[in-house]
Amino acid sequence: MGKIKIVHYINQFFAGIGGEEKADFQPEVREEAIGPGMALNAQFKGEAEIVATVICGDSYFGENMEEAKSEVLKMVKKYNPDLFIAGPAFNAGRYGVACGTITDAVQNELGIPALTGMYEENPGADMYKKSVYIVSTKNSAAGMRDAVKKMAPLALKVAKGEEIGSPEQEGYISRGIRKNYFANKRGSERAIDMLVKKLKGEEFLTEYPMPDFDRVEPNAAVKDLSKATIAVVTSGGIVPKGNPDHIESSSASKYGKYDIEGFTNLTSADHETAHGGYDPVYANEDPDRVLPVDVLRDMEKEGKIGKLHRYFYTTVGNGTAVASAKKFAEEIGKELVADGVDAVILTST
Amino acid sequence: MVKEIERAGLPVVHVCTVVPISLTVGANRIVPAIAIPHPLGNPNLEPEEEKSLRRKLVEKALKALETEVEDQTVFED
Repeated sequence: MGKIKIVHYINQFFAGIGGEEKADFQPEVREEAIGPGMALNAQFKGEAEIVATVICGDSYFGENMEEAKSEVLKMVKKYNPDLFIAGPAFNAGRYGVACGTITDAVQNELGIPALTGMYEENPGADMYKKSVYIVSTKNSAAGMRDAVKKMAPLALKVAKGEEIGSPEQEGYISRGIRKNYFANKRGSERAIDMLVKKLKGEEFLTEYPMPDFDRVEPNAAVKDLSKATIAVVTSGGIVPKGNPDHIESSSASKYGKYDIEGFTNLTSADHETAHGGYDPVYANEDPDRVLPVDVLRDMEKEGKIGKLHRYFYTTVGNGTAVASAKKFAEEIGKELVADGVDAVILTST
Repeated sequence: MVKEIERAGLPVVHVCTVVPISLTVGANRIVPAIAIPHPLGNPNLEPEEEKSLRRKLVEKALKALETEVEDQTVFED
């Protein structure tokens, strides 16, 4: 086999084109390795080479998934590579979803071996870990070196069609595939070994992890909207002007609860967004675009809904740990129930 | 967050642009929004038109809250 030919996919940020203001950047191909691609190339030590890089803005991909996917597929196909790599996306949600979507499409629609990399809490990981190899990375670009070190060797193996070891050996996120093999010790011995380790408080690796089906049953519908109190909650970071509680623009450690009594409308004079993961221009210009207080007030006046709850709850859903979001919402949910709210509109950017 | 508030006992409708994420996260009532930086608005429209667009989305969200669902449901047009 000659040098392995690779096409690489990255977003507008890692291509150096721009941040959120360029997130609507449409797919474009460049016949060179760019940014993380250069680091990957170095790790391949001549065995493989990135011949082209496809760049696409994260919002463009997220908002036009079908079109973006088919445009990128066309670009990849043109080069007929031996391997396709996307990312790594770390904990960037839209980027992770884009990487997963396109890796899955290249592998399953074009039949080209492919892999990507991201942080395990990236929503793209849950969506695609079963269908493609996703190398487990740290949650920020500070983990680039580590990510590249893990991605490059696995990429070569995948391209060559070599046997891929377990997730622990190779560093990818478990795909939920079970492989039969001959163990040296029989089951009862292995089970006792594990039990002894567990009793000693030592680390042990289960051979049969329980799947995590965390689903919540839908609650009953609202019977009569005209008598219902509706609360609004957002992960879009809308806060009173000046962000009085200093909610962080990413990896938020807290949420805010703010009084909107007397507000018929949110405007740039009184509210803004604290979110650092999308272009804030539109939300700052008119915060109702994220938290529709104006419309809900109208409907309250018209008697279409009973009442708009006096407080709204908000946080920044940008690289925020799942555990934090869960904790915020547990508290928010309890308060809303205690305050007699009947239903919630939750908006996300 | 959608899931935890639902767990607390309230019906929640998730208005968001990237529906696959909402499905993965486990929202039960989902209304697709306009765009990531302006889920309930469109800066290219005149203010009046934009507000009526937002009103339609909020009405759709409320309609979702009034609708009994047994499983994850995306409320398209």
